[in-house]
Amino acid sequence: MIRRSLLFGPLFRDGKRENVERFDAIVVGAGPAGSAAALTLARKGFSTLLVERGRVPGAKGMFGGRVYAWALQDLLPEWAKDCPVERYVVRENLAFLTEDSSLGVSFESPKLTQGRTASFTALRSAFDSWLAKKAQDVGAMLVTGIRVDDLWREGGRVRGVTVAPNDRVAADLVVIAEGAASVLVRAAGLRTDLEPREVSVGVKETIELPAETIQERFGLGQKEGAAFVFAGQASLGLRGGGFLYTNRATISLGLVVSAEDLARKKIEVAELQTKFRTHPAVQRMIRGGKILEYSAHLVPELGASMAPRLWGDGVLVAGDAAGFLINNGYTFRGVDLAIASGIAAGEAAEYARAAGGMTASNLAAYDRFLRARNVLTDLERFRLAPLFLKNERLFGMYPRMLMEIAERLYTVDGSGKDRLLSIVLDEASSADIPKWKLLLDLLQGARSM
Amino acid sequence: MSAQETAVRPMRIVVCIKQVPKAQELQVDPATQTLKRVGVPSEINPPDANALELALTLKERHAAEVVVLSMGPTSFDESLERAVAMGADRAVLLTDRILGGSDTVPTAYALSETIQKIGGYDLILCGEETTDASTGHVGPGIAGHLDLPQITYVSDIRIVDGKVRARRTAEDGTEYWETALPTLCTVNFGCNKPRSPTLTGKIRVKRGGVLVHWSCAEVGIDPKKVGLFNSPTIVAKVDTVKLPPRAGRIFTGEPKDAVRALLEALLRDRVIAP
Repeated sequence: MIRRSLLFGPLFRDGKRENVERFDAIVVGAGPAGSAAALTLARKGFSTLLVERGRVPGAKGMFGGRVYAWALQDLLPEWAKDCPVERYVVRENLAFLTEDSSLGVSFESPKLTQGRTASFTALRSAFDSWLAKKAQDVGAMLVTGIRVDDLWREGGRVRGVTVAPNDRVAADLVVIAEGAASVLVRAAGLRTDLEPREVSVGVKETIELPAETIQERFGLGQKEGAAFVFAGQASLGLRGGGFLYTNRATISLGLVVSAEDLARKKIEVAELQTKFRTHPAVQRMIRGGKILEYSAHLVPELGASMAPRLWGDGVLVAGDAAGFLINNGYTFRGVDLAIASGIAAGEAAEYARAAGGMTASNLAAYDRFLRARNVLTDLERFRLAPLFLKNERLFGMYPRMLMEIAERLYTVDGSGKDRLLSIVLDEASSADIPKWKLLLDLLQGARSM
Repeated sequence: MSAQETAVRPMRIVVCIKQVPKAQELQVDPATQTLKRVGVPSEINPPDANALELALTLKERHAAEVVVLSMGPTSFDESLERAVAMGADRAVLLTDRILGGSDTVPTAYALSETIQKIGGYDLILCGEETTDASTGHVGPGIAGHLDLPQITYVSDIRIVDGKVRARRTAEDGTEYWETALPTLCTVNFGCNKPRSPTLTGKIRVKRGGVLVHWSCAEVGIDPKKVGLFNSPTIVAKVDTVKLPPRAGRIFTGEPKDAVRALLEALLRDRVIAP
């Protein structure tokens, strides 16, 4: 009996050891930014843990569905070999919508399909799993199904991640790449809560159509795809826009709309999407399709000026969590900036290691590496875009005006036609826009684009 | 450290678990009338998960070592790895083609042999039964083979002075039993809330070395005592229960009126009493 009480009694009560696992770097979030960071870090010899909250990479993520390839080309020059590309975008379209009409511009060029300047459509689950696998292939350890709620901080520096009081993992560097709604960026003290004006809501429907139907309907070859950006009625005049991308046998159809406007106008985003989907011009493209899935997500609209601090002692921020997204009215860019920032995070870590450690002052080199990859420079270049895109005339009045001009240009009823310029001026004055405002908007638009 | 202390080793708890098709995903093969086990999502047999949770609580209290054991195909690795990620120290899978088709008699024999090979056990925990077979034979069978005292339908265990004090939830009340170690307990389904895997645990699994596969030869299991032909169970007949047809009436209108109409209809049809 005594032997037993010795065995299981107080002797071992204090012997409870906290076996802390340790890595050189922990990356939180196995999306494009996180996997690119983990891949770069592992290549540079960092023991790297990549933690993902979804059951598999991409399970919890959402994006519009198009990837600009340049950053991927930098990360994996051989990407095209096995990347799960749905279709390469060969035609870009911009369309203005009113209640029942559509006015579009279409662009085709061999540049759209070549090397660094190519872009393609992808499905998030397949793309993210593929990229995370590439990180694993060079030695990063991927753990899924774990949500990291907090950082392990000690004396002002980040020492690792905390999942639960006795579930902490240590690292010299934590890269936060957990997306727009990042709680860790706040935990790290790098930014305050997001305000409605700083985010948009993205919704997307995946609509099933046979590959042959898509090819016929959009005039595409087997691996070719089309991309559409919609302005105007797409968002019922709220700030934002719609998009349509062709995948192999599905279509991604969605909206990105200002959260502030949604709240102010008390419009449900699902209702908006239904209106958008049933617009005659959109209907024509998706006719006969079956909605497979519906998803919604926060999209950062911070612009470079409102972005969080991107580094601290033992911590870096990449991708959407850092607000790296460009929406300039005709392109939605996120994945390319995410990947580029992931690479830059790895480069900054390498620099800091050589400089003596993961201190904030050493990791400040991140800024330089981000600029070298044009992430911050592009963001700054388009920092006026959010302001310009805030102009409600752009989403309500101008599309309507353009449409009326087009209607007068293209409807022939034998009543005699005016010249283009007089039609434009006529429409502008009947739309109640002072000419100086029109000129100002044009100038602002030109500057921000 | 004194000589006495170096001789001290932590209490060893062996938890027997089985991987079963997820309850919501249960499908019966219409041709063979047996449970579909391939290609359906699986989980740790829920009562076994309760046994594991109890073991992990005891581990926290007594710095015990928890070894998880299962018998089955290598696809069972998934559940054993989950058990380690939840906090078990290591896992053993007894896996061998000759075990195929074993019912509860050979299973209890084979597991008891494997537990002897693990050795040094103080406490063996099993779930009260499995959700895919519901016999509840295996736990008591192991106790029989190892000649251990057993307490079934246990919902809590305390170790006091080297003895097990177990709360046993019986149909007509709660019983408290005490017995010396080593012993075997089968654990009540739903008596606790199994914890989630931890990040640290998942990393341990990824680092490897926590799971071993043993064959019958490695354990020393007699091939003449296992497999389909050494299993006395005979399945005479399987019936599929047909769901009675539904009336399919839908009550519409204002919620208040619709509910009233529904209640009246249920009363009229004598489904409920006034």
